[in-house]
Amino acid sequence: MAKWIKTLSFLFFLLLGFSASARAHKSSDSYLVLRSEGERVEGQWDVSLRDLEYALGLDGDQDGAITWGELRSRQGAIADYLFGRLEIKGDGATCSIQPSGTLVDRHSDGAYAVLTFQALCPSAWKGLEIHYRSFFDLDPEHRGLVRFESEGGLKTAVLSPVKSIQTFSREDSPRERLFAFLAFVKEGVWHIWTGFDHLLFLIALLLPSVLRKREGRFEGVLNFKSAFFDVLKIVTAFTVAHSITLSLASLRVVSLPSRWVESAIALSIAAAAVNNFYPLFGGRRALIAFGFGLIHGFGFAGVLRDLGLPPSSLISSLLAFNGGVELGQGAVVAAFLPFAYWLRRGWFYQRLALVGGSCLVVGVATLWFVERFFNLELPII
Amino acid sequence: MFCNKSTALDPPFNETGRPYGRLVFALLIFFLTVGPVQAAPYLPQEDGKVLERLPDSPLDPEVKAVKQLKLALAQDPKNLSLALSLARRYIEQGRAQSDPRYFGHAQGVLSPWWNEAAPPVEVTILRATIRQSLHDFDAALADLNRILTLNPQNAQARLTRAVIFQVKGELAAAKRDCLSLMGAADSLAWATCLGGTGASRDELKKGRDVLQPLLAESAQAIPQEKVWARTVLAEVALRLGEEKEAETHFKEALRITPRDPYLLGAFADLLLDQGRVAEVVDLLKNETKADALLLRLALAEKALKAAEFPLHQQWLSDRFAASRERGDQVHRREEARFRIHLTGEVTEGLRLARENWEVQREASDLRILLEAAREGRDDFLLKMGIAWMNKVGFEDARLNTLARL
Repeated sequence: MAKWIKTLSFLFFLLLGFSASARAHKSSDSYLVLRSEGERVEGQWDVSLRDLEYALGLDGDQDGAITWGELRSRQGAIADYLFGRLEIKGDGATCSIQPSGTLVDRHSDGAYAVLTFQALCPSAWKGLEIHYRSFFDLDPEHRGLVRFESEGGLKTAVLSPVKSIQTFSREDSPRERLFAFLAFVKEGVWHIWTGFDHLLFLIALLLPSVLRKREGRFEGVLNFKSAFFDVLKIVTAFTVAHSITLSLASLRVVSLPSRWVESAIALSIAAAAVNNFYPLFGGRRALIAFGFGLIHGFGFAGVLRDLGLPPSSLISSLLAFNGGVELGQGAVVAAFLPFAYWLRRGWFYQRLALVGGSCLVVGVATLWFVERFFNLELPII
Repeated sequence: MFCNKSTALDPPFNETGRPYGRLVFALLIFFLTVGPVQAAPYLPQEDGKVLERLPDSPLDPEVKAVKQLKLALAQDPKNLSLALSLARRYIEQGRAQSDPRYFGHAQGVLSPWWNEAAPPVEVTILRATIRQSLHDFDAALADLNRILTLNPQNAQARLTRAVIFQVKGELAAAKRDCLSLMGAADSLAWATCLGGTGASRDELKKGRDVLQPLLAESAQAIPQEKVWARTVLAEVALRLGEEKEAETHFKEALRITPRDPYLLGAFADLLLDQGRVAEVVDLLKNETKADALLLRLALAEKALKAAEFPLHQQWLSDRFAASRERGDQVHRREEARFRIHLTGEVTEGLRLARENWEVQREASDLRILLEAAREGRDDFLLKMGIAWMNKVGFEDARLNTLARL
């Protein structure tokens, strides 16, 4: 019985509070950054002072505080310890690591020693192999967070006792590049499909394309060709305009506050729809498409910015995203035009779709404008 | 540019408060343009500059003992009894400071046995404990099941398993384990274990009726045991809607262990619920190292519009980001609260609350799930939470309004 109690009494240290996971700080991490320019590799390694204290004992005077002097005097031992547990290989050949200095930085869980170094690889390499073993014997929950920056962009890895080796290649393989490109195309298509406002704007502009005005009244156009060219003109104007601003904003030449842009997009939709029953701009719809297209381009750029453009493939990603937008837009127009052409002569199209539809669009766009401009959330939509 | 020297330094000289207004405006512009200040590596100028304060004083007898053990073990790393005793101390430290680094140290000490399929029983129990702290409940349960198949009388394994079942919301299984400890453990421990497994009001009251008199009789019990009993009684009282009684228990427990992170967090939640935010700040202003406590402090500071709030919110945000970067998922409950109640990122909070619920199902996990479902207007999730309550018969006075369809 006495033994039971003894066992159990220890246990209460263990149990209480576990259930609540009142966790703090975090487990031990180090941050290893490797920058390669050509075959040169510059390294920066941030290692927590608490981990170094645990492994090597930095607090020389035993006062519970680690000073710069204490850290500085142990620089050699620290470098021996850390670089003895890190191996960098260029295409299989070991690179020699030359420590170049020790600095200090703070991370979210305390002070870190920052070791800078160069890795000198014996020959030209394409793949850099990292073998990481620091602290794993002392703390298997330790993780090595590696960032590899090169012409091919940024790559990261989390190294642990079970996965202590990582290879980074200096350039993306063509396959990786293709996938990255297609991912941006997909995002572009996706944004058109889900970003209802661009579609609505375009549809509002295209509704009258299958009609012509005679003596103040609408009637259906005579042949498909004239409708087709009208649509082509408008879509091209819209495309050219938004491509210009999308590029300018993505390359950070121009930037506008997103609230302003989103509100203006809502207004542009309302204006395009109003024009269908009350001539604001008359028949110059291609011109509206161009003018307002400039604003929509800023909207696309906002989405693209949220996706995060890889600096190494800025232009190709931009092209891919824009291409995706055009594809998505083209699909919608291709579905709309034959349908509208087929219905163009009836009362249904000329009254209900054109006037009724446009009124509806004005309503929706106005609500959007109010929401966006005044930063409100209306319960209706 | 917006703030010349005299404006910044002179006291306000008229009653419009304009100098302050300008200062605030200037600061606003500064933070908007500069954004979150990114630290950069630097070279300290003086040797005496203190870079880091260690969490425990090297003169503390406990710390000295740990150091001795560590040195002895370094000479003889496969010495099981040394390793066990050092690992236990690390686990105790990790718990007392709620610092996961110590759990990593404990794991390192046990590494000669860690990857064995069937390590010695004592190692297995500590491995289960560490795995539990990493929220790897399945692996922890597998360890404990193995021990209990070999020796159903192992009280330590059974108690640990009861707690894991409780965390996972498997209250019936937890209750079975606690009941089978009757006679094996001392009665206060047994009753405390049982008291935490109640689902319905009825069960909660019955458990309390057993535990309360036992606590009154156990003046000789070790402090940690009493704290555990008080904590369970406080939580039972909260679920029964008796906040005053809960507060009494919390305060009694805090008298014994004033800096226990779990107790502080639970008591702060009660104060937050009652809108006593200033008291929360008093309670936690020096506890910024523990994420869970910093979260409660920030919640209180937000309500008070305190000047420290933006800084503390930034710290939390940084720490969650750092955890995510290393692939940790143990913070989901706290982060869900952070996203929903502090930053207003409801979609993200909802996702975290849902994922957290897949792993752990205590009253506070249920609460953040329901809160997230309401904020995010996710009826499916709301119904899921309520269905679980009905299935288990789970009652909690604090959830009455939240859990109404």
